Amino acid sequence: MDLLARTFAWLADSAHWAGPNGIPARLLEHAGLSAVSLLIAIAIALPVGLWIGHTGRLTWLATGTATLWRALPSLAVIAIVLPITAALDPQAGFKVYPTVVAMVVLAGPPILVNAQAGVTGVERDMVEAGRGQGMSEWQILTRIELPLAVPVIVAGIRSAAIQIVATATLGAILGFGGLGRYLVEGFATFSLGGDAEVVAGAILVAGLVIAVEAAFAVAQHLLTPRGLRRERSERPVAA
Amino acid sequence: MIDFGWMASHLDDLAFRTFQHVELTAIAVSVGLVISFGLAVLAVRRRATYGPILAATDILYTIPSLALFVVLVTVTGISLFTVEIPLVLYTLVIFVRNIAAGFDSIPTDVLEAANGLGYTRSQRLWRVEVPLAVPLILAGVRLATVSTIALVTVTSILGDSFGGLGFFILEGYRRSFLTELYFGAIPSVALALLADFALARLQRRLTRWQTVGAT
Repeated sequence: MDLLARTFAWLADSAHWAGPNGIPARLLEHAGLSAVSLLIAIAIALPVGLWIGHTGRLTWLATGTATLWRALPSLAVIAIVLPITAALDPQAGFKVYPTVVAMVVLAGPPILVNAQAGVTGVERDMVEAGRGQGMSEWQILTRIELPLAVPVIVAGIRSAAIQIVATATLGAILGFGGLGRYLVEGFATFSLGGDAEVVAGAILVAGLVIAVEAAFAVAQHLLTPRGLRRERSERPVAA
Repeated sequence: MIDFGWMASHLDDLAFRTFQHVELTAIAVSVGLVISFGLAVLAVRRRATYGPILAATDILYTIPSLALFVVLVTVTGISLFTVEIPLVLYTLVIFVRNIAAGFDSIPTDVLEAANGLGYTRSQRLWRVEVPLAVPLILAGVRLATVSTIALVTVTSILGDSFGGLGFFILEGYRRSFLTELYFGAIPSVALALLADFALARLQRRLTRWQTVGAT
């Protein structure tokens, strides 16, 4: 097929592997933004989820907020944040920040919901046994609930990470770089041979998504306490 | 900063784009529901297909929407198919999972009772299994609708004929016209939240027969 041949030619062209619009630069941009967004989302959503799971308080608020946030269209969130950050930082305000904010909004709910569900799912007998041994609430959380909830928590983070990497491509529509750039650029010059760039961009994004998925599958296995490994870990609660 | 005069003179455009947004969403959700229903029945009847069907829809879900839309242009050009095929595909993962889970949640006693009463396979499906799976199917409709509303905004990159409210987002961005950007973005968010709220209420009304505490 002609298109496929041109796609591989595009990917093999050394001009596309150098400079600020080269594949390594765009890949780094995409992965970097995804990683930063994921870390911010974890920093916010994980403690809240753990706290709610441990205390059992405000569960309705957590799940309510999570469903509400999940409903927000990412492209619209980027668009709403864009003028604000552009006003705050005219140099870079329209490039990175809007996409980061949208990705944090996107990634928060699955992390929070799974952290809460993971902790709530720990058998009460175990928690009571810890309490009986004179453990403090903090010790119960960090030594009993957290390790036992790890598979569910990591499943939530994994689901969040995959959604971020896939959705960050939308940032390219409104000014961000990353791998989505090739899709937008290629589409703009579609009939002039841009279609090859579009397909190449799609292959690159899909490759990154698969790599992240694989990395998390390994991490999930390694982080699961050995005693829990025999049971098959379930798919993410909130997909 | 915000040009209210412009907004007031474009209310008919807003109505048109909102209608288009709802229309594109409704087509995708209904087609997706029908296809998923077939797949879910197949998955539950023939257990061997359960894993592969779920895995296939899972993979579809990880393909970035922007990539799927623009790559599809190489096959179907710029047409309604280019918009609807990805939208439908993304609903499958939500629907198949929920419908299959709905069928699975039915106790075997109930199915055996239906068999004992002499129901044929299709009678059992339509009179027993489907009604009992309704709560989970509705939960799926809600999730699929909200996620499709978000994806419709992305279709604006395929040109002026699509995009629903996303049209204003893209045009506002291209013209660096803040008013128009918000004219698309805020109604998009409002539409998603409104749909979520309305479907949550519908879900509660239609499943009132469920015993309290059962999920």
